Amino acid sequence: MEERGGRFLLKAAEVHLEKVSKCFGEVWAVRNVSLHIRQGEFYTFLGPSGCGKTTLLRIIAGFVEPDGGEVFLDKEAVTRVPPWKRDVGMVFQNYALWPHMAVFDNVAFGLREREVPKSEIKARVLDALKKVNLEGLEARRPSELSGGQQQRVALARTLVIEPRVLLLDEPLSNLDAKLRLQMRNELVKLQKDLGITTIYVTHDQEEALTLSNRIAVMNQGSVIQVGSPREIYGQPQDPFVAEFVGTSNFFPGEVVEAIPERLLVKTQEGTIEVAIPENFWRGRVGEPVLLSVRPEAIQLRLPQEEDHNKGNRFLGTVKTSAFQGPLVLYEVELKRGTNIKVISPNPKGGEVFRVGEEIAVLFETQEVTIIPAGSGV
Amino acid sequence: MAALLSILAAFILYPLARVLYVAFAGEGGPTLSHLFAFFRRPLFREALYNSLLAGFLAVVFGSLIGLPLAYFTVKYDFKGKIVLQTLGVLPLVIPPFVGAVAFQLILGRSGMVNLLLLQYLGTTVPFMEGLPGVVLVQTLHYFPFIMLNAAASLTNIDPSLEEMAQNLGSYGFRLFRKVTLPLMMPGYIAGALLVFIRVIDDLGTPLMLNYTKLLAPQAYLRITTVGIDDVDGYVVCVILVILSLVSLWIARKYLSLSEYATVQRGASGSSISKKIGGLKLFIVLGISILILGISLLPHLGIALLSFSKVWSFSMLPTAYTWGNYDEILFRTPHFVKNTLLYSLLAASIDVLLGAIIAFLLIRGRVFGRNLLDAITTMPLAIPGVVLAVGYLRVFYGWNFPGIGKPLTATWFILVIAYSMRRLPYTVRACYAAMQQIHISLEEAALNLGASRRRTFLKITLPLMFGGLIAGGLISFVTSSVELSSTIMLVPKMEFGPLSYGIYIYMQSAIGRGPGAALGVVAIGLVAVGTYLIHRIFGGRTGSAFRV
Ligand SMILES: Nc1ncnc2c1ncn2[C@@H]1O[C@H](COP(=O)(O)OP(=O)(O)OP(=O)(O)O)[C@@H](O)[C@H]1O
Ligand SMILES: [Mg+2]
Repeated sequence: MEERGGRFLLKAAEVHLEKVSKCFGEVWAVRNVSLHIRQGEFYTFLGPSGCGKTTLLRIIAGFVEPDGGEVFLDKEAVTRVPPWKRDVGMVFQNYALWPHMAVFDNVAFGLREREVPKSEIKARVLDALKKVNLEGLEARRPSELSGGQQQRVALARTLVIEPRVLLLDEPLSNLDAKLRLQMRNELVKLQKDLGITTIYVTHDQEEALTLSNRIAVMNQGSVIQVGSPREIYGQPQDPFVAEFVGTSNFFPGEVVEAIPERLLVKTQEGTIEVAIPENFWRGRVGEPVLLSVRPEAIQLRLPQEEDHNKGNRFLGTVKTSAFQGPLVLYEVELKRGTNIKVISPNPKGGEVFRVGEEIAVLFETQEVTIIPAGSGV
Repeated sequence: MAALLSILAAFILYPLARVLYVAFAGEGGPTLSHLFAFFRRPLFREALYNSLLAGFLAVVFGSLIGLPLAYFTVKYDFKGKIVLQTLGVLPLVIPPFVGAVAFQLILGRSGMVNLLLLQYLGTTVPFMEGLPGVVLVQTLHYFPFIMLNAAASLTNIDPSLEEMAQNLGSYGFRLFRKVTLPLMMPGYIAGALLVFIRVIDDLGTPLMLNYTKLLAPQAYLRITTVGIDDVDGYVVCVILVILSLVSLWIARKYLSLSEYATVQRGASGSSISKKIGGLKLFIVLGISILILGISLLPHLGIALLSFSKVWSFSMLPTAYTWGNYDEILFRTPHFVKNTLLYSLLAASIDVLLGAIIAFLLIRGRVFGRNLLDAITTMPLAIPGVVLAVGYLRVFYGWNFPGIGKPLTATWFILVIAYSMRRLPYTVRACYAAMQQIHISLEEAALNLGASRRRTFLKITLPLMFGGLIAGGLISFVTSSVELSSTIMLVPKMEFGPLSYGIYIYMQSAIGRGPGAALGVVAIGLVAVGTYLIHRIFGGRTGSAFRV
């Protein structure tokens, strides 16, 4: 028990999943997932409801035994280790506070299970409650706490045992919008301070993008793409990722010319020029690809306006426009019938394009992302 | 509303008040002297002690049987689990006084087991003599209440509460002791107290076993043998009411606590039933089969007896016959007919009152809601004997307007007693059914131009139909085997229902066969009713048998 003395950094573990699968009846909840989560990392599973995030988390915690594959904690295979021997702390979506115990006893539970001396328990419980800004509520029952306070107790209860990995299953989803923002910030700070390896589950892309070091986007039990928030948003490698994280406009096409740093793709609307980052995907001529352009990367101009920027320029008609305060959302139909979404910042002068107006759409070559075909639309 | 309250007042409150009045009225003003006199009589002290002991022992043994069964069936997953769950509620379908007769056949002085013992060991064991016999019969009849309530509690525990404990390093028996057990406690205690109340109130079993040193039989004996003006009988009634009230109050207090453990949003949903096999499965099945085997013996015994022509001092009947059924179906058909008539009427009254009361409790903003709720719950705490004594006191010798004779001289007094005693269950069933109808469903109809009356008829009523039927069935089923108030209130032999018939037949040796046949009919009625209730309530049958 010596080495439990409050040095989180040394305990933080790396998590390794090797071809993990789980099937419930006909449904693949998790399908052939391999991941490597580094020590001290804030790692997020992001995906729509029912995609298997919780199941994957429960596999790591040991509540669900995978049908196939292995789970490693620091190189040690734990796939068949029962949950109570894993030292992997989990915070449940509904907090799972024990209603028959006071806050203090809830938090002290894990320490008592580990037969930590009484005096030390007290000190550590108070310390954990302090970390989550909950001093003075030790004697309360969970039912006498607000949602945000319950959330903190749940967090303190798990942190106090100094687990090797922290698992959070949509911990903020039961809080109201304002509290959610506040807890989000506190969570990031706490995680940085403790340096604990954290796996976070959410279906909220904004939450994932702000919190994480890296994100694994999941769909129908499979991991579609892993990357930093910037990569996930900026270079989606799959139409699902592009559409789920933010929204996007897609142009299917075929490579007609491939030169260093530049690619010309023939699409229904005409030829689109794409700037390719170094060491990135190199297309071959004749290969089918899918291009993705974020709505906020597209600018609208009057058709007669000259534009000196190099880039892609098409003509179209405004179909709808929705004023949203700081932003205006447009739907534009291009000449050959492709509908695209455009988000423009609300111009100071209040100049908004009208429905039915002829306009030109512009986007720069480096704003176009190539999604290799075969990932399918 | 006024009509409703006056019905409840006339048939629940007033009779109870009269009982209290007699018990506490002295020469000039209220007195406690009758109460003190009660405690000075050794016989009454013994009866009180025995009643408490019987209740306590039935709860202890019932828990020893019911808790493991509840735990096995909720927490473990194995083949034959459904069978176990079904068999577990079967003891409830045999009325306890019928069970008493059956147990005498098996364990009584000249029952199967003792005959065996005599043959091989040359001695007998008095299983069924005195208090132990009463406790044995009641334990084996009432343990399903404990099992159902404990199982319902266990099922309702949010699985994440247990998983969280595992996540923090707890498992096995420690996990059970520190998390599972405290969480299921409220439901268990409610079930245990329900058993306690039932055992103390039960009149039929002690009478069948001819053991009268208990409170309920004492009240019955005082009133029927000493006379309707005997004060001691009323004092015993008051003590019975107090015991029931206190237990009921504690049970309610605990039940209101139990809400906290129910499943919350976002739970993983899969409750942790563990697949088991090998030795563990063997032990689990062994214990379950042993328990259920014993508690289902009475059913077998009664069935055998109902077909037997001669069965005395032998292991099994020596001759079989259809004659017993012939007797009860063709020569004395009134027992069965009366039961169907009375129970049906009582159930109809209950459904009608129940629907109205539930509607008032939920949607009404009427003054006196809490009062209404309190009055409709009262009958749970009034033992059948006490209600009967109250009715006798109020209606005996007083020509009821419009009938020209006392109400207690007509069979309708039985219908009234049944309907009042079961009213709380029907109200609850209707209440539950109505609660599930969101008010917006009614408002939508009102909004589309339906009048209030049409909304009630077209929307509310059809939606709560299942609840009404279930409530009526509960009332019907329990009324059809009600004995304690029946014995006291039956005006004439030919007005007697089935339960009364069994009681009368069983008094004589030649009547045992027909009595058993009536018992089989009773079991059949209850079994069919319980099955239907189960179908309607789905997996929540336990909720129909709660305090
Ligand atoms: N115990 C279970 N039995 C059967 N199917 C299950 C079980 N648990 C999960 N599933 C199924 O597996 C799939 C993945 O479920 P999971 O709970 O992991 O989704 P999720 O990504 O956490 O969704 P949400 O965002 O809604 O919480 C779903 O289709 C679900 O219905
Ligand atoms: Mg989930």
